[in-house]
Amino acid sequence: MAARLGFPWAAGALLLLLLTAMLLAAGMGFMNIPALSVAKAVGGHFFPSLAAGLDPPTVAIVLDVRLPRIMAAVLVGGMLAVCGTVFQAILLNPLADPYTLGVSSGAAFGASLAIVLQVIGLTLPQSFSVPLFAFAGSIAALVAVLTLAAGDQRLSSSSLILSGVIVAAILSAAIGFLKFLADEQVSIIIFWLMGSLSSASRQDILLLAPAALAGSAVCLFFSRDLNIMAAGERAAASLGVNTARLRWTLLLTCSLMTALCVAVSGIIGFVGLVAPHLLRHLAGPDNRRLIVLSFLGGGLLLLCADTLTRAVLPAEVPIGVLTSLIGGPFFACIFKKRQQSNAGF
Amino acid sequence: MPDSDLLWQLEHVSFARNRRPVLDAVSLKIRPGKWCGILGPNGSGKTTLLDLLCGLLEPNSGALAYRGQPLRQWSRRQLARRVALVPQDFALRFAFSVREAVEMGRHPHLGRLASMPAQDYALVDAVMAEMGIAELAERPVTQLSGGEKQRVAVARALVQEPEALLLDEATSNLDIHHSLAILNLLRRRVDGQGLTVVAALHDLNLAGLFCDELLFLKNGRLVCHGETAAVLRPEIIQEVYGVQAQVRQDAFTGCLQVSCKL
Repeated sequence: MAARLGFPWAAGALLLLLLTAMLLAAGMGFMNIPALSVAKAVGGHFFPSLAAGLDPPTVAIVLDVRLPRIMAAVLVGGMLAVCGTVFQAILLNPLADPYTLGVSSGAAFGASLAIVLQVIGLTLPQSFSVPLFAFAGSIAALVAVLTLAAGDQRLSSSSLILSGVIVAAILSAAIGFLKFLADEQVSIIIFWLMGSLSSASRQDILLLAPAALAGSAVCLFFSRDLNIMAAGERAAASLGVNTARLRWTLLLTCSLMTALCVAVSGIIGFVGLVAPHLLRHLAGPDNRRLIVLSFLGGGLLLLCADTLTRAVLPAEVPIGVLTSLIGGPFFACIFKKRQQSNAGF
Repeated sequence: MPDSDLLWQLEHVSFARNRRPVLDAVSLKIRPGKWCGILGPNGSGKTTLLDLLCGLLEPNSGALAYRGQPLRQWSRRQLARRVALVPQDFALRFAFSVREAVEMGRHPHLGRLASMPAQDYALVDAVMAEMGIAELAERPVTQLSGGEKQRVAVARALVQEPEALLLDEATSNLDIHHSLAILNLLRRRVDGQGLTVVAALHDLNLAGLFCDELLFLKNGRLVCHGETAAVLRPEIIQEVYGVQAQVRQDAFTGCLQVSCKL
């Protein structure tokens, strides 16, 4: 095993990388803006004198168009990665994440249902009903997957992932049915299935930022208990961990975070799997550190992917499609490696 | 009457799993500073009894007290400061280092967001040295051999600074050298520091070597409980295991040793 990076170094380096990436990403796009101007525009938001020399359209592009999307990418990526870390630690399974467990699909189904209900004529305020339905959907999917896998006492990876596949398959048919019902609104549902950050607004940031902060804080609060869960249910309980309470608190917290991510950006797969996995190899499995690092790393990863599709590729590929195209083969590699060496992660 | 000088006090404790009785009206007292062995065939309820003792399971009926206080009134954390469990197979799912794994034993003593004080680091170092795993400190636990892992498990339990240690066939998968090394070390703690050990065992000869008292379980019932010299007898072994046995005072070890045949 390679020497582990010290936590302050790793966290500092990731934070620096993330801020640099945000600065560069805000300059990239249809109109290239130098990094210095981006910095001035952001600074000018707080201290108007800084933005003195900039023309208003540049400021508007940075602050109103690009920054909300960049912030959303960082927050969504960070939250999904934190959820992935926690799911992996609770379920003792390095292949668990909100996407592979069907939680994301459940949330997407809930969100689609909220839209279809509107089409049918049931009027609910959309800003309120979509996240709520997404949350209910994610919890229902999680409960279904855990119930299906519960026959296997150890909640082994194969039974969990099979359960995830079964639930996701049923949900995909159900979403297909909703698409059929949605008629003209079908494009909105397709948006949820493919994932996109293009419509992220300042309002979304106001929803995501507190959720990211509070959710990650809850996960950090229980992070030492999470470490001990790696010893298995019985040993963890004998070390004073209230395993049932821990499991439900964190699964609910993470399902809520996932649901909010899905409500804003649709299904974005594999970020929650890849980021914690890479970071665990670099910085060790201690969740007290891993949760912080995963947030930074997941945010960085999704920001890079989103900037790639927004500003580099000739046409905008839906971000969920892109992350799955990259993350899918990664998932395959882990799975293969796991079969060969029966060692832990 | 519950007695706070006793560690555990069980009165007519029964436990059923899926309506199948696993333990049936077990009454016993476990005194501090002794090594008590739990013997019995597979499925006789040894592990269930240990799970009840450390509060992982609750009895369906009967009274179960620790230090004179009903066990269900103890929180997991409170109990974990006094009672530690060493399971048969030590496993950690992720590649924690040996040191990190042993430090987990301090968990019940630490505030949620607190970091370990200096004397805890000293304790962890001392226990790792005692268990002979100091030089493995930075190795990932996932790369250890079975004997090394089990020593990590015992170290983690000792770092908990328990007054009572539960062993669930903790050395069954180890070779005789490693078994004796671990059990000798625990025996010294029983004699020197008043540690209490309750150990589910398979090996009658290890029981003869290490246990002050023995309790025999068969089909979830307590057959007998007493001083090793008084209860390690051929007729009891015959009744519990259904094998013919000969028990003799062994000159080489100075303890009771058992030979069995069908």
